[in-house]
Amino acid sequence: MPIATASQTIGPYWHLIEDPSWADLTRFGATGERITLSGTVTDGDGAPFADVCVELWQSDPPASDQFPGFGRSRTDTAGVYRFTTLKPGPVAGRGNAIQAPHLALWVLGRGLMRGLATRAYFAGDGRNETDPVLGSVEDPARRATLIAAADGPAAWRFDIRLQGAGETVFFDV
Amino acid sequence: MADPVPFRAYTPGTQPPYDVPAYLGTIKRHPLQPLHRLDQTITETTGPRFTAAHFPPNADLSRVDGKSAQGQRIVVAGTITDEDGRPVPHTMVEIWQANAAGRYHHPADQHDAPIDPHFHGDGRVFTDADGRYRFLSVLPGAYPWPNHRNAWRPNHIHFSFFGPAFATRLITQMYFPGDPLLAFDPIYNGVPDRAARERLVAAFDLDLTEPDFALGYRFDVVLRGRAATPMGI
Repeated sequence: MPIATASQTIGPYWHLIEDPSWADLTRFGATGERITLSGTVTDGDGAPFADVCVELWQSDPPASDQFPGFGRSRTDTAGVYRFTTLKPGPVAGRGNAIQAPHLALWVLGRGLMRGLATRAYFAGDGRNETDPVLGSVEDPARRATLIAAADGPAAWRFDIRLQGAGETVFFDV
Repeated sequence: MADPVPFRAYTPGTQPPYDVPAYLGTIKRHPLQPLHRLDQTITETTGPRFTAAHFPPNADLSRVDGKSAQGQRIVVAGTITDEDGRPVPHTMVEIWQANAAGRYHHPADQHDAPIDPHFHGDGRVFTDADGRYRFLSVLPGAYPWPNHRNAWRPNHIHFSFFGPAFATRLITQMYFPGDPLLAFDPIYNGVPDRAARERLVAAFDLDLTEPDFALGYRFDVVLRGRAATPMGI
Protein backbone atom coordinates (compact mmCIF):
# COMPACT_ATOMS: atom_id res chain seq x y z
CA MET A 1 0.00 0.00 0.00
CA PRO A 2 1.45 3.40 -0.87
CA ILE A 3 2.04 5.76 2.05
CA ALA A 4 1.45 9.51 1.85
CA THR A 5 4.53 11.54 0.91
CA ALA A 6 6.26 13.33 3.78
CA SER A 7 5.85 17.06 4.35
CA GLN A 8 8.78 19.49 4.31
CA THR A 9 8.85 23.15 5.29
CA ILE A 10 7.60 25.75 2.81
CA GLY A 11 10.76 27.72 3.67
CA PRO A 12 11.44 31.43 3.29
CA TYR A 13 11.25 31.70 -0.50
CA TRP A 14 7.70 30.55 -1.24
CA HIS A 15 6.87 34.08 -2.44
CA LEU A 16 8.15 32.90 -5.79
CA ILE A 17 4.73 31.25 -6.19
CA GLU A 18 2.84 34.02 -4.41
CA ASP A 19 0.20 36.04 -6.22
CA PRO A 20 -0.95 38.70 -3.74
CA SER A 21 -4.35 38.90 -5.45
CA TRP A 22 -5.14 35.46 -4.02
CA ALA A 23 -5.74 37.08 -0.64
CA ASP A 24 -8.92 38.57 -2.12
CA LEU A 25 -11.44 35.78 -2.66
CA THR A 26 -13.89 38.26 -4.19
CA ARG A 27 -11.57 39.19 -7.08
CA PHE A 28 -13.48 37.12 -9.64
CA GLY A 29 -16.64 39.12 -9.04
CA ALA A 30 -18.30 37.24 -6.19
CA THR A 31 -21.14 39.10 -4.51
CA GLY A 32 -22.38 38.68 -0.96
CA GLU A 33 -21.50 39.85 2.51
CA ARG A 34 -17.92 40.98 2.08
CA ILE A 35 -15.63 40.81 5.12
CA THR A 36 -11.95 41.03 5.92
CA LEU A 37 -10.11 38.63 8.19
CA SER A 38 -6.72 39.75 9.43
CA GLY A 39 -4.40 39.09 12.31
CA THR A 40 -0.86 38.80 13.55
CA VAL A 41 1.11 35.57 13.62
CA THR A 42 3.50 35.41 16.57
CA ASP A 43 6.08 32.87 17.73
CA GLY A 44 6.95 31.51 21.17
CA ASP A 45 8.62 34.81 22.13
CA GLY A 46 5.53 36.75 21.09
CA ALA A 47 7.54 38.16 18.19
CA PRO A 48 5.76 38.83 14.91
CA PHE A 49 6.49 36.14 12.35
CA ALA A 50 7.02 37.54 8.85
CA ASP A 51 6.93 35.59 5.59
CA VAL A 52 4.29 33.17 6.86
CA CYS A 53 1.94 31.67 4.31
CA VAL A 54 -1.62 31.60 5.64
CA GLU A 55 -4.12 29.69 3.52
CA LEU A 56 -7.88 29.93 3.88
CA TRP A 57 -10.57 27.49 2.77
CA GLN A 58 -14.30 27.76 3.26
CA SER A 59 -16.95 25.36 1.99
CA ASP A 60 -19.60 28.09 2.16
CA PRO A 61 -20.55 30.00 0.03
CA PRO A 62 -19.92 27.09 -2.37
CA ALA A 63 -16.93 27.53 -4.67
CA SER A 64 -17.79 28.71 -8.18
CA ASP A 65 -16.17 30.51 -11.10
CA GLN A 66 -16.82 33.74 -9.21
CA PHE A 67 -15.73 32.51 -5.80
CA PRO A 68 -12.70 30.23 -5.38
CA GLY A 69 -13.34 29.51 -1.70
CA PHE A 70 -9.56 29.42 -1.28
CA GLY A 71 -7.14 32.21 -0.50
CA ARG A 72 -3.49 32.69 0.39
CA SER A 73 -1.96 35.63 2.23
CA ARG A 74 1.56 36.29 3.42
CA THR A 75 2.39 37.98 6.69
CA ASP A 76 4.20 41.28 6.32
CA THR A 77 7.16 42.43 8.40
CA ALA A 78 4.75 43.08 11.31
CA GLY A 79 3.51 39.48 11.06
CA VAL A 80 0.11 40.56 9.72
CA TYR A 81 -1.92 38.62 7.15
CA ARG A 82 -5.16 39.84 5.63
CA PHE A 83 -7.94 38.28 3.55
CA THR A 84 -11.00 39.70 1.86
CA THR A 85 -13.74 37.13 1.46
CA LEU A 86 -17.46 36.48 1.79
CA LYS A 87 -18.87 35.70 5.21
CA PRO A 88 -19.66 32.00 5.39
CA GLY A 89 -22.97 30.64 6.58
CA PRO A 90 -23.46 27.52 8.70
CA VAL A 91 -22.60 24.16 7.13
CA ALA A 92 -23.45 20.56 7.92
CA GLY A 93 -21.50 18.86 10.66
CA ARG A 94 -21.23 15.17 11.35
CA GLY A 95 -24.46 13.35 12.14
CA ASN A 96 -27.29 15.85 12.35
CA ALA A 97 -25.10 18.60 13.75
CA ILE A 98 -24.81 22.06 12.23
CA GLN A 99 -21.45 23.82 12.28
CA ALA A 100 -21.36 27.51 13.09
CA PRO A 101 -19.94 29.76 10.35
CA HIS A 102 -16.16 29.41 10.25
CA LEU A 103 -13.10 29.72 8.05
CA ALA A 104 -10.46 26.97 7.91
CA LEU A 105 -6.87 28.24 8.04
CA TRP A 106 -3.58 26.50 7.34
CA VAL A 107 -0.36 28.12 8.53
CA LEU A 108 2.99 27.47 6.84
CA GLY A 109 6.39 29.05 7.20
CA ARG A 110 10.09 28.54 7.72
CA GLY A 111 10.55 26.47 10.86
CA LEU A 112 7.21 24.74 10.33
CA MET A 113 7.88 21.23 9.08
CA ARG A 114 4.15 20.78 8.39
CA GLY A 115 1.19 23.10 8.05
CA LEU A 116 -0.78 23.95 11.19
CA ALA A 117 -4.57 23.75 10.82
CA THR A 118 -6.93 25.97 12.76
CA ARG A 119 -10.37 27.56 12.40
CA ALA A 120 -11.68 31.10 12.79
CA TYR A 121 -15.24 31.40 14.13
CA PHE A 122 -17.09 34.72 14.51
CA ALA A 123 -17.56 36.30 17.94
CA GLY A 124 -21.15 36.88 18.95
CA ASP A 125 -22.66 34.22 16.70
CA GLY A 126 -25.11 32.25 18.85
CA ARG A 127 -24.47 29.14 16.78
CA ASN A 128 -20.97 28.95 18.29
CA GLU A 129 -22.61 27.59 21.46
CA THR A 130 -23.70 24.40 19.72
CA ASP A 131 -20.82 23.99 17.26
CA PRO A 132 -19.42 20.46 17.73
CA VAL A 133 -15.79 21.40 17.02
CA LEU A 134 -15.81 24.37 19.40
CA GLY A 135 -17.66 22.21 21.92
CA SER A 136 -14.92 19.60 21.76
CA VAL A 137 -12.39 22.12 23.13
CA GLU A 138 -13.21 21.95 26.82
CA ASP A 139 -11.00 24.72 28.20
CA PRO A 140 -12.83 28.04 27.59
CA ALA A 141 -9.54 29.94 27.32
CA ARG A 142 -8.31 27.59 24.63
CA ARG A 143 -11.67 27.64 22.86
CA ALA A 144 -11.47 31.45 22.77
CA THR A 145 -8.36 31.22 20.57
CA LEU A 146 -10.65 29.99 17.79
CA ILE A 147 -12.93 33.05 17.86
CA ALA A 148 -12.28 36.04 15.60
CA ALA A 149 -13.12 39.40 17.20
CA ALA A 150 -15.15 42.12 15.49
CA ASP A 151 -12.72 44.87 14.50
CA GLY A 152 -14.98 47.42 12.83
CA PRO A 153 -17.78 47.01 10.36
CA ALA A 154 -17.26 43.83 8.31
CA ALA A 155 -13.74 43.44 9.71
CA TRP A 156 -12.62 40.51 11.85
CA ARG A 157 -9.40 40.04 13.72
CA PHE A 158 -7.90 36.61 14.29
CA ASP A 159 -4.40 36.46 15.78
CA ILE A 160 -2.45 33.21 15.58
CA ARG A 161 -0.03 32.36 18.40
CA LEU A 162 2.15 29.44 17.46
CA GLN A 163 3.58 28.66 20.88
CA GLY A 164 3.23 29.46 24.57
CA ALA A 165 0.85 31.91 26.27
CA GLY A 166 -2.47 32.04 24.47
CA GLU A 167 -1.31 29.36 22.05
CA THR A 168 -3.88 28.90 19.29
CA VAL A 169 -5.68 25.56 19.13
CA PHE A 170 -4.30 23.63 16.17
CA PHE A 171 -6.14 20.60 14.88
CA ASP A 172 -5.07 17.09 14.07
CA VAL A 173 -7.15 16.92 10.91
CA MET B 1 -26.95 13.94 4.36
CA ALA B 2 -24.41 11.15 4.86
CA ASP B 3 -21.26 12.09 6.71
CA PRO B 4 -18.29 12.72 4.42
CA VAL B 5 -15.74 9.89 4.33
CA PRO B 6 -12.67 11.16 6.19
CA PHE B 7 -9.10 10.93 4.97
CA ARG B 8 -7.02 8.39 6.85
CA ALA B 9 -4.55 9.22 9.57
CA TYR B 10 -0.92 9.54 8.51
CA THR B 11 1.23 6.46 9.08
CA PRO B 12 3.26 7.04 12.27
CA GLY B 13 6.83 8.17 11.66
CA THR B 14 6.29 9.02 8.02
CA GLN B 15 5.59 12.72 8.63
CA PRO B 16 7.96 15.07 10.45
CA PRO B 17 7.09 16.29 13.94
CA TYR B 18 6.72 20.04 14.46
CA ASP B 19 9.60 20.04 16.92
CA VAL B 20 12.87 19.17 15.18
CA PRO B 21 15.57 20.55 17.50
CA ALA B 22 18.34 20.25 14.90
CA TYR B 23 16.33 22.63 12.69
CA LEU B 24 16.62 25.75 14.81
CA GLY B 25 13.67 27.48 13.15
CA THR B 26 11.28 24.99 14.75
CA ILE B 27 12.26 25.84 18.34
CA LYS B 28 10.01 28.89 18.79
CA ARG B 29 7.44 27.92 16.21
CA HIS B 30 6.17 24.51 17.22
CA PRO B 31 3.04 24.29 19.37
CA LEU B 32 3.61 23.09 22.93
CA GLN B 33 0.05 21.77 23.23
CA PRO B 34 -0.82 18.54 21.47
CA LEU B 35 -2.88 18.94 18.31
CA HIS B 36 -6.59 18.82 19.07
CA ARG B 37 -8.32 15.91 17.38
CA LEU B 38 -10.94 16.99 14.87
CA ASP B 39 -13.38 14.63 13.20
CA GLN B 40 -13.26 15.71 9.57
CA THR B 41 -16.30 17.52 8.26
CA ILE B 42 -17.26 18.99 4.91
CA THR B 43 -14.78 21.79 5.70
CA GLU B 44 -11.85 19.37 5.61
CA THR B 45 -13.09 16.84 3.04
CA THR B 46 -13.73 19.45 0.34
CA GLY B 47 -11.16 21.74 -1.19
CA PRO B 48 -10.41 24.25 -3.90
CA ARG B 49 -10.55 23.47 -7.60
CA PHE B 50 -8.06 25.22 -9.84
CA THR B 51 -8.43 25.41 -13.59
CA ALA B 52 -5.85 26.36 -16.17
CA ALA B 53 -8.21 29.13 -17.34
CA HIS B 54 -7.96 31.01 -14.04
CA PHE B 55 -4.47 29.78 -13.13
CA PRO B 56 -2.34 29.63 -16.29
CA PRO B 57 0.25 26.83 -16.31
CA ASN B 58 3.98 27.33 -16.77
CA ALA B 59 5.70 24.01 -17.36
CA ASP B 60 9.04 25.47 -18.45
CA LEU B 61 11.20 27.06 -15.76
CA SER B 62 14.30 26.74 -17.94
CA ARG B 63 13.68 29.86 -20.03
CA VAL B 64 12.75 33.49 -19.56
CA ASP B 65 11.85 35.62 -22.59
CA GLY B 66 12.91 32.79 -24.86
CA LYS B 67 16.47 32.68 -23.50
CA SER B 68 17.81 29.59 -21.73
CA ALA B 69 18.81 29.63 -18.09
CA GLN B 70 22.33 28.64 -17.06
CA GLY B 71 22.82 25.14 -15.75
CA GLN B 72 22.04 21.50 -16.37
CA ARG B 73 18.64 21.25 -18.06
CA ILE B 74 16.34 18.67 -16.45
CA VAL B 75 12.92 17.13 -16.99
CA VAL B 76 11.01 16.34 -13.81
CA ALA B 77 7.96 14.12 -14.14
CA GLY B 78 5.92 11.74 -12.07
CA THR B 79 2.51 10.46 -11.10
CA ILE B 80 0.38 11.67 -8.22
CA THR B 81 -1.71 8.93 -6.64
CA ASP B 82 -3.59 8.50 -3.40
CA GLU B 83 -2.84 5.86 -0.77
CA ASP B 84 -5.07 3.39 -2.65
CA GLY B 85 -2.91 3.80 -5.73
CA ARG B 86 -5.54 5.76 -7.62
CA PRO B 87 -4.28 8.62 -9.80
CA VAL B 88 -5.13 12.16 -8.72
CA PRO B 89 -6.26 13.78 -11.97
CA HIS B 90 -6.37 17.47 -12.93
CA THR B 91 -4.83 18.73 -9.73
CA MET B 92 -2.61 21.79 -9.56
CA VAL B 93 1.08 21.48 -8.72
CA GLU B 94 3.14 24.54 -7.78
CA ILE B 95 6.93 24.48 -8.07
CA TRP B 96 9.73 26.80 -6.96
CA GLN B 97 13.50 26.45 -6.68
CA ALA B 98 16.90 28.10 -6.63
CA ASN B 99 18.84 28.62 -9.85
CA ALA B 100 21.84 26.56 -10.93
CA ALA B 101 24.13 28.65 -8.73
CA GLY B 102 22.01 28.10 -5.63
CA ARG B 103 20.34 31.52 -5.56
CA TYR B 104 16.62 32.26 -5.34
CA HIS B 105 15.15 35.07 -7.40
CA HIS B 106 13.94 36.64 -4.17
CA PRO B 107 15.01 39.80 -2.33
CA ALA B 108 15.47 37.93 0.96
CA ASP B 109 18.10 35.66 -0.57
CA GLN B 110 21.41 37.47 -0.09
CA HIS B 111 23.66 34.49 -0.85
CA ASP B 112 26.63 35.71 -2.86
CA ALA B 113 25.87 33.66 -5.97
CA PRO B 114 24.73 35.13 -9.28
CA ILE B 115 21.11 35.85 -10.18
CA ASP B 116 20.31 34.40 -13.57
CA PRO B 117 18.08 36.78 -15.56
CA HIS B 118 16.83 33.83 -17.57
CA PHE B 119 15.77 31.80 -14.57
CA HIS B 120 12.91 33.01 -12.42
CA GLY B 121 12.31 29.76 -10.58
CA ASP B 122 8.56 29.25 -10.30
CA GLY B 123 6.20 27.03 -12.22
CA ARG B 124 2.68 25.64 -12.20
CA VAL B 125 1.42 22.48 -13.85
CA PHE B 126 -1.71 20.35 -13.73
CA THR B 127 -1.85 16.56 -13.69
CA ASP B 128 -3.52 14.86 -16.63
CA ALA B 129 -6.41 12.37 -16.39
CA ASP B 130 -3.93 9.70 -15.23
CA GLY B 131 -2.37 11.85 -12.52
CA ARG B 132 0.83 12.55 -14.47
CA TYR B 133 2.72 15.85 -14.42
CA ARG B 134 5.89 17.04 -16.14
CA PHE B 135 7.97 20.18 -16.30
CA LEU B 136 11.34 21.46 -17.53
CA SER B 137 13.86 23.21 -15.34
CA VAL B 138 17.54 23.32 -14.49
CA LEU B 139 19.33 21.46 -11.72
CA PRO B 140 19.07 23.71 -8.63
CA GLY B 141 22.32 24.51 -6.85
CA ALA B 142 23.02 23.86 -3.18
CA TYR B 143 23.19 26.94 -0.98
CA PRO B 144 24.36 27.87 2.52
CA TRP B 145 21.91 28.73 5.30
CA PRO B 146 22.51 29.97 8.83
CA ASN B 147 21.16 26.97 10.77
CA HIS B 148 24.57 25.79 12.03
CA ARG B 149 28.21 26.12 11.11
CA ASN B 150 28.82 25.30 7.45
CA ALA B 151 25.16 24.38 6.86
CA TRP B 152 24.20 23.80 3.22
CA ARG B 153 20.82 22.82 1.87
CA PRO B 154 20.99 19.85 -0.51
CA ASN B 155 19.86 20.46 -4.08
CA HIS B 156 16.08 20.53 -3.95
CA ILE B 157 12.88 21.64 -5.64
CA HIS B 158 9.89 22.85 -3.59
CA PHE B 159 6.46 21.44 -4.43
CA SER B 160 2.90 22.32 -3.41
CA PHE B 161 0.08 19.82 -4.03
CA PHE B 162 -3.65 20.19 -3.51
CA GLY B 163 -5.49 16.95 -4.28
CA PRO B 164 -9.23 16.67 -3.73
CA ALA B 165 -9.59 18.25 -0.28
CA PHE B 166 -8.12 20.76 2.15
CA ALA B 167 -7.13 17.67 4.18
CA THR B 168 -4.94 16.39 1.32
CA ARG B 169 -2.90 19.58 0.98
CA LEU B 170 0.85 18.87 0.93
CA ILE B 171 3.96 21.04 0.79
CA THR B 172 7.23 19.19 0.34
CA GLN B 173 10.68 19.20 -1.24
CA MET B 174 12.16 16.89 -3.84
CA TYR B 175 15.82 15.95 -3.54
CA PHE B 176 18.33 14.43 -5.97
CA PRO B 177 19.91 10.97 -5.79
CA GLY B 178 23.43 10.67 -4.46
CA ASP B 179 23.54 14.11 -2.88
CA PRO B 180 26.16 13.97 -0.08
CA LEU B 181 24.48 16.91 1.70
CA LEU B 182 21.36 14.87 2.51
CA ALA B 183 23.13 13.18 5.41
CA PHE B 184 23.67 16.56 7.11
CA ASP B 185 20.35 18.26 6.38
CA PRO B 186 18.05 18.63 9.44
CA ILE B 187 15.00 19.34 7.27
CA TYR B 188 15.36 16.15 5.21
CA ASN B 189 16.31 14.17 8.32
CA GLY B 190 13.35 15.65 10.19
CA VAL B 191 11.25 12.81 8.73
CA PRO B 192 11.82 10.00 11.24
CA ASP B 193 11.06 7.03 8.99
CA ARG B 194 13.99 6.32 6.69
CA ALA B 195 11.90 4.89 3.85
CA ALA B 196 9.55 7.90 3.99
CA ARG B 197 12.56 10.20 3.83
CA GLU B 198 14.06 8.36 0.90
CA ARG B 199 10.81 8.70 -1.03
CA LEU B 200 11.56 12.44 -1.16
CA VAL B 201 14.58 11.64 -3.34
CA ALA B 202 13.79 11.60 -7.06
CA ALA B 203 15.07 8.75 -9.25
CA PHE B 204 17.27 9.38 -12.25
CA ASP B 205 15.29 7.99 -15.20
CA LEU B 206 16.91 7.30 -18.55
CA ASP B 207 13.47 6.92 -20.16
CA LEU B 208 12.58 10.49 -19.14
CA THR B 209 15.98 11.72 -20.27
CA GLU B 210 15.76 13.40 -23.67
CA PRO B 211 18.67 12.82 -26.05
CA ASP B 212 20.78 15.92 -26.69
CA PHE B 213 18.48 17.95 -24.43
CA ALA B 214 17.84 17.19 -20.75
CA LEU B 215 18.36 14.70 -17.92
CA GLY B 216 15.20 13.06 -16.59
CA TYR B 217 14.17 12.68 -12.96
CA ARG B 218 11.10 10.86 -11.71
CA PHE B 219 9.31 12.06 -8.58
CA ASP B 220 6.11 10.18 -7.76
CA VAL B 221 3.95 11.59 -5.00
CA VAL B 222 1.27 10.02 -2.80
CA LEU B 223 -1.49 12.11 -1.25
CA ARG B 224 -3.66 10.93 1.64
CA GLY B 225 -6.32 8.37 0.81
CA ARG B 226 -9.80 8.01 2.21
CA ALA B 227 -10.13 6.04 5.42
CA ALA B 228 -12.64 3.70 3.80
CA THR B 229 -14.22 3.29 0.41
CA PRO B 230 -17.90 4.19 0.50
CA MET B 231 -20.35 1.48 -0.55
CA GLY B 232 -21.21 1.48 -4.21
CA ILE B 233 -18.03 3.13 -5.46
